[in-house]
Amino acid sequence: MIHFVLHDAKDTVAVVVVEGVKAGMEMQGWNMDADKMTNVVAKQDIPIGHKVALKDMMPGDTVWKYGIDMGKVVAPIKAGEHAHVHNIKTKRW
Amino acid sequence: MSIVSKNTTFLGYRRENGRVGIRNHVIILPLDDLSNAAAEAVAHNIKGAMAIPHPYGRLQFGADLDLHFRTLIGAGCNPNVAAVVVIGIEDGWTQKVVEGIKTTGKPVIGFGIELHGDHDTILRASKVAREYVQWASEKQREVCPIHELWVSTKCGESDTTSGCGANPAVGNAFDKLHPLGNYLCFGETTELTGGEQIVAARCANDKVREQFMFMFNRYQDVINRHKTSDLADSQPTKGNIAGGLTTIEEKALGNIQKIGKKCTVDGVIDKAEMPTHPGLWFMDSSSAAAEMVTLCAASGYAVHFFPTGQGNVIGNPILPVIKICANPRTVRTMSEHVDVDVTGLLQREITLDQAGDKLLECMLRTANGRFTAAEALGHREFVMTRLYESA
Repeated sequence: MIHFVLHDAKDTVAVVVVEGVKAGMEMQGWNMDADKMTNVVAKQDIPIGHKVALKDMMPGDTVWKYGIDMGKVVAPIKAGEHAHVHNIKTKRW
Repeated sequence: MSIVSKNTTFLGYRRENGRVGIRNHVIILPLDDLSNAAAEAVAHNIKGAMAIPHPYGRLQFGADLDLHFRTLIGAGCNPNVAAVVVIGIEDGWTQKVVEGIKTTGKPVIGFGIELHGDHDTILRASKVAREYVQWASEKQREVCPIHELWVSTKCGESDTTSGCGANPAVGNAFDKLHPLGNYLCFGETTELTGGEQIVAARCANDKVREQFMFMFNRYQDVINRHKTSDLADSQPTKGNIAGGLTTIEEKALGNIQKIGKKCTVDGVIDKAEMPTHPGLWFMDSSSAAAEMVTLCAASGYAVHFFPTGQGNVIGNPILPVIKICANPRTVRTMSEHVDVDVTGLLQREITLDQAGDKLLECMLRTANGRFTAAEALGHREFVMTRLYESA
């Protein structure tokens, strides 16, 4: 079972691709580009399609996905936590 | 080995100007909002004719009026259309649309309502529509090489699975069609924000790159002029955010997966303009689904790839829209809208190559005549892009 996918070894967030991820769950992840497996423990419930943090991040840090800058951290995030609009914002507009 | 090669064929309708369509519509095309009632009455009278109602066409001017004409004329010229009856409130602008469509050589006629009223207009238009439908119904499909199929793409109600699954599958299909010489198209200018340099780097030459960046910056200026906040309520949309997309950059990076890994961007067109040579074209366009797909229809595209995450249900009256989805919850809850299920991609059960082939196989079946989910469900969203207020 693959619980989440990422694209690049540099990515600091990954996408949950199954329903029912609960806090405490040991999750298997797939790096699609490198075709390598990885894992992280969910610290919160995370809905399908939403992102899990792969490392601890502080406000001002750049968030990486597809190996590219996708925005900035605006509230501290720990690895395994739900990463979304409450802790990440755009750098544009 | 891909399932498509230069020897692949499909069964299409060859039109008078040489273009190939995959549908054989007789359309009743209103010039303006006032003419919708008569157009719909004609389509009701004549079985097999299809009205394409829309809310615009009065007191538009300048570039906005040009776009109105370009969209209507382009829709009429689309090779999925066999013949056209245009109905407008008056003859002048009606004839302008008729003359534009006439360049293709297909049967087209226009009727003005003024000095006649709806009843007489409906009677006159119905008589011709009946002739057109019977004429079109005798047209036969013929074997056509795959490169004659014009393919556009735009995604909608995207979520993170779009960027990981459905969009890369479209990209894989585009990478396989591009070397065969197909006309391909993508757009959604604002939804490239954060990934514009990636698109710029893929442009075939400096001239194309310059045109692309001009279009991109022009749209950024529109956003900056009209925005009331950081656009956080619109891009990403509420649906995108519910689906897990957080920022416009993330949405754009997922969006760009649709142009694959190898295709070059070979040309740039403005809204509803017709591309002039094979290759992948960027069309400056809104990211609103029905607007963008309508513009693709007006540019002459014959089949459309539409990846969705959360489940956009859009269709188009002229351009068959193929839905592809990688989100298992959406495939489970909205299966009647999904043509191609690529959920296996995110469970490592199928490869990206297999997902691309699955989409291409559906494309060929659709080209040969199979209805898409949106066609079977009666989705006919025809939405004209407006540039500014009417006079």
